[in-house]
Amino acid sequence: MILIGERINGMFKDIREGILTKNPEPIQYWAKRQYEMCAGYLDINTGPTVEAEDQPAVMEWLVKIAQEAAPLPCCVDSTNPAAIEAGLKVHKGKAMINSTTADQWKMDIYIPMAAKYNAAIIGLAMNEKGVPKSAADRVALAMEIVVNCDMHGVPMEDLYIDPLMLPANVAQEHGVEVLETLRQIKTLADPPPRTTMGLSNTSQGCTNRHLLNRTFLIMSIANGLDSAIADVDDDALLDAVAAAKILMNNDIYCDSFLKTFRSR
Amino acid sequence: MAVTIAKEKWTSKVGEMELGTGAKAIKVGGETSLPFLHFEGEIPNRPVMALEVWDMEPTEWPDILKKPFDGVLADPVAWAKKNVEYGADLIAIRFMSAHPDFKDASPEECAATAKAVADAVDVPLVLIGCGIEEKDAAVMEKVGEALSGKQCLIGCATEKNYKTITAAAMVNGHSVIASSPLDINLAKQLNILMTEMNLPTNRIAIDPLVGALGYGIEYAYSIMERARMGALMGDKMLAMPVICFVGQEAWKAKEAKSPDEETPEWGALDKRAILWEVVTTTSFALAGGSIFILRHPETIKHVNAHFAKVMESNAY
Repeated sequence: MILIGERINGMFKDIREGILTKNPEPIQYWAKRQYEMCAGYLDINTGPTVEAEDQPAVMEWLVKIAQEAAPLPCCVDSTNPAAIEAGLKVHKGKAMINSTTADQWKMDIYIPMAAKYNAAIIGLAMNEKGVPKSAADRVALAMEIVVNCDMHGVPMEDLYIDPLMLPANVAQEHGVEVLETLRQIKTLADPPPRTTMGLSNTSQGCTNRHLLNRTFLIMSIANGLDSAIADVDDDALLDAVAAAKILMNNDIYCDSFLKTFRSR
Repeated sequence: MAVTIAKEKWTSKVGEMELGTGAKAIKVGGETSLPFLHFEGEIPNRPVMALEVWDMEPTEWPDILKKPFDGVLADPVAWAKKNVEYGADLIAIRFMSAHPDFKDASPEECAATAKAVADAVDVPLVLIGCGIEEKDAAVMEKVGEALSGKQCLIGCATEKNYKTITAAAMVNGHSVIASSPLDINLAKQLNILMTEMNLPTNRIAIDPLVGALGYGIEYAYSIMERARMGALMGDKMLAMPVICFVGQEAWKAKEAKSPDEETPEWGALDKRAILWEVVTTTSFALAGGSIFILRHPETIKHVNAHFAKVMESNAY
């Protein structure tokens, strides 16, 4: 289970202020903090307040200072291809691109980019028409991404399909479709693509957010989820993942399993 | 279209342990693939074999086992030298005399024997207690101190006595054998407890308490296999070399003892008994064993031939 820490995102006030004032402190604080909380990747997103033409430079700066603070690879997160490429250029280790949709024009940009920089890539099971309702339609879009990755020599272990979870308070019927999608993604290729999810979407605008996120994460792990972009600053979430890894027979049980999960 | 050969991609490696000092020092572990799959990773070190030396004459041993050591069984130093002549990579001293049922020898007496052997041979040493946990802790404290800096492998540490033995190893630069009764969860937990005392992970050897061929070999085999896969997938608390006490098990087997006239269909005892130790060893080598504690010198010859073959690269 790879946890991708969501916190370095210009949507958060402290990060936004850090970006505006060129102050690395909040970014580096969250890089370290998420590293301590078992993140395997740091998601890096400039946020919408940065102008498109400034995004490449800001992304480059964020990736550099985040990697200075924590020995982690980054999940370079933007809707701007120039910003993503700027992040990939300065990145140390194996980066992850966040993300492409199943629209051909986007796949034609991002998948060759993943191949060029030997980066992993997140493929969203959606296109310009939006997020499909049924698992079958989500899987069909996932298959488009699988085929395009194969064509460009991006191995399945570097492709993370996101079935797209929507908030429980507005799109409740999507939960079971997402779980079914996760199961079916594992049948699309051999070896199968990996899976990921923007976990906090589950509870956007809801109460008891941590509980909803945690519960859906565990349900998803049981259905084939390999990673999640998540709020890792949550002890109960980490303990639940540690327990799930034991119950899924991914980690070998020992009495100190909670502690072992946290040790790097 | 070219065929892509599917190869397992492991992400982690087994810790590399160094035993002994000087020209005869050895390294074990360090693998980045399952045993001898050179095409999927590195197998940097050949498995090694120790021959046992007891600090008191073993009266129960069968004649086949006593014969190669004629005249030295009551003299640990002479016995150890003989073992080196026979090609043992290491010497395993077993402090049987410390057992309350035998001589109840003091830790100081054991330390004197250990020192005498260490002065006489230059190969690395494995120091094993009599199996009574409290006594072993007391013995290892003194023996570990007497051989400080020699980078020995000492044990066996269990849930009950690991604290004293781990401390003795840390202070004196030795590595520790961590024993758990055929249970991967307990093995992992014991390794955690020992590393929490700040013993580096590459100074622990896992002893899963193996059985001989025909006596539950498959249980230990499965545990070793599972532990090794866990290690290669990143479980640091199982990423240790494995030690197998094959001699003590193989020579207990009926097949290693039953005389020719009793079981003629099993073939000649003198060959059969040794083969029991050989096949048990090679089986566990295939499961990931790195250090083998043996009894008969002929076994070393046979297994060395086997190791030479499996260490030839099959990378492609």
